[in-house]
Amino acid sequence: MTWSDKTVLITGGSRGLGLALAHELGQRGARLALVAQHAGRLQEAAEQLRARDIRVEPIRADVGDKAAIHRIVGQAQAVLGPIDVLLHNASTLGPIPLASLLDTDCEDFTRVLEVNLVGPFRLSKALAAGMLVRGRGLIAHISSDAAIASYPDWGAYGVSKAALDHLSRQWAAELNNTPVRVLSIDPGEMNTDMHRDALPTADPSTLLAPQLVAERIVYILERAARYPSGARVLAAHAEEQAVQS
Amino acid sequence: MSAAASASHEAATRLLLVDTRSDEIAEGETTALPGLLDPRDILVVNDAATLPASLSGFTARGEPVEIRLLEGPYQATTRALLFGRGDYHTRTELRDPPPVLAPGDSITVGTTALQICTVSSLSPRLVELHWPLELSARFVLLYRAGRPVQYSYVAEPLALWDVQTRFAARPWAVEMPSAARPLTGSLLLALAARGVEVATLTHAAGLSASGDPAVDAALPLPERYDIPLATVRRIEATRGRGGRVVAVGTSVVRALEDSAQRHGAVRAGVASAELILDQDTSPRVVSGLLTGIHVPGESHYKLLAAFTRAATLARAAALAEHRGYRTHEFGDAALFLPDLPARGARGLTHRAA
Repeated sequence: MTWSDKTVLITGGSRGLGLALAHELGQRGARLALVAQHAGRLQEAAEQLRARDIRVEPIRADVGDKAAIHRIVGQAQAVLGPIDVLLHNASTLGPIPLASLLDTDCEDFTRVLEVNLVGPFRLSKALAAGMLVRGRGLIAHISSDAAIASYPDWGAYGVSKAALDHLSRQWAAELNNTPVRVLSIDPGEMNTDMHRDALPTADPSTLLAPQLVAERIVYILERAARYPSGARVLAAHAEEQAVQS
Repeated sequence: MSAAASASHEAATRLLLVDTRSDEIAEGETTALPGLLDPRDILVVNDAATLPASLSGFTARGEPVEIRLLEGPYQATTRALLFGRGDYHTRTELRDPPPVLAPGDSITVGTTALQICTVSSLSPRLVELHWPLELSARFVLLYRAGRPVQYSYVAEPLALWDVQTRFAARPWAVEMPSAARPLTGSLLLALAARGVEVATLTHAAGLSASGDPAVDAALPLPERYDIPLATVRRIEATRGRGGRVVAVGTSVVRALEDSAQRHGAVRAGVASAELILDQDTSPRVVSGLLTGIHVPGESHYKLLAAFTRAATLARAAALAEHRGYRTHEFGDAALFLPDLPARGARGLTHRAA
């Protein structure tokens, strides 16, 4: 797989894993559409990437906002051309500190699903049929171990990630026998702002650097055909999970 | 999706079938398309996304103006049509003319002043506008301030998602390439399962009405298109194996035939379509097309005459009218193609004499 002829849309691209993925893919030659909510951080990220001669289109938007979806794909494809790879990386924990379901406001629960689940569905819906008729496309959802294990206080987030994994399987089932592939990737626990928000007392030395995880994710994306479409892939065990072809 | 658009989306399944070789006319449903095509055939679609090409602004004197872009702001200067007070609820031909504007005057959209570079001698509606912004910022403004160009037959305001085809990619069109609207996700998958190839090109579909007879007579204006090399190769392969090249929409016909006429065969790359097809045109590449319901007098109807004998076309139009087919962009569909299967195609309900 070569990146120099690919256009990649990354949500949540202004920091953490999203920004690390942008650096990894950008230095391999991919054109990048970077979506994030915070204007200042997004601008800073774009400048960082451009300083490395990476072609990037920053798009300020909230992926949980239905009205933003066609603005995002329109702006990205006007400037960069058709999207080949879609990385659903943006997500929200909901209000910090995390709260038990009993103490979670219904509106906050809904908001987490809008950003982490419905937004990715809408973006994929706007792009997947284009990938289908162009004969190539890859959609990856960044998941979490909270999709599998039920940790107290991680309710809304965990539910959204479990559903996101199933969204991968559902897309894969419907796009079976087409050139469009879908994966869920569990990055593992990373040393990011988001992790600090969730678990402020965690020892950072026990957490993975997002740059390292981004490298592994790129490894998986480059070998996407070796994983069954719809599969949930652990970044840390990417090699073992690949089907030898 | 708005209620109005939703209702018209659901009902848009009727398909008028015109066999351009046998001159037989039948009725069916768009869901029957895969069975009407052969695995040797190729369907060529326009993958242009639809821009929010209508902008509301004000002159320096505070007069309201509606700008309808004729093309996306890929260049700093773009062609546009101007309308005065009012909105899409008024029929286009009844819209007020724009305020008197001259080169150098500006129209302010949000906080950005778009400057008028030229006013056409054809009509004071037709102008060139300069955007004092970089490429990216032009699209940021357009997506923030613009809304889809809309006509009075749908009362509810259309959202941007109401005017996209399933496979919309680069936003080049200022009106939805609506012939592709019946191609739902399940239909695309069914076509793939049947082995019918789908290939893409991008065509900057322009406005279908200007409200000014002088401009309308000049429509369609030259429109940019881009044909990928992969599509050229697949079309060649289709013709090589005796399959039919089925254009989805008049914009695809225009792009392919314009390219074939320029070069003797379809060639990859970007060009501007100037060819206007009519009964005197012999299509070089396109075998037939899936399109909307068009009525005599329209440029789209004239294009159909390049594929269909005049008497058959008139008969099809009369049947469509008699049976209540809807003609607008959210309306029903028609397939003009030689050698349609005589029977057995699911959804065939009526065979006209």
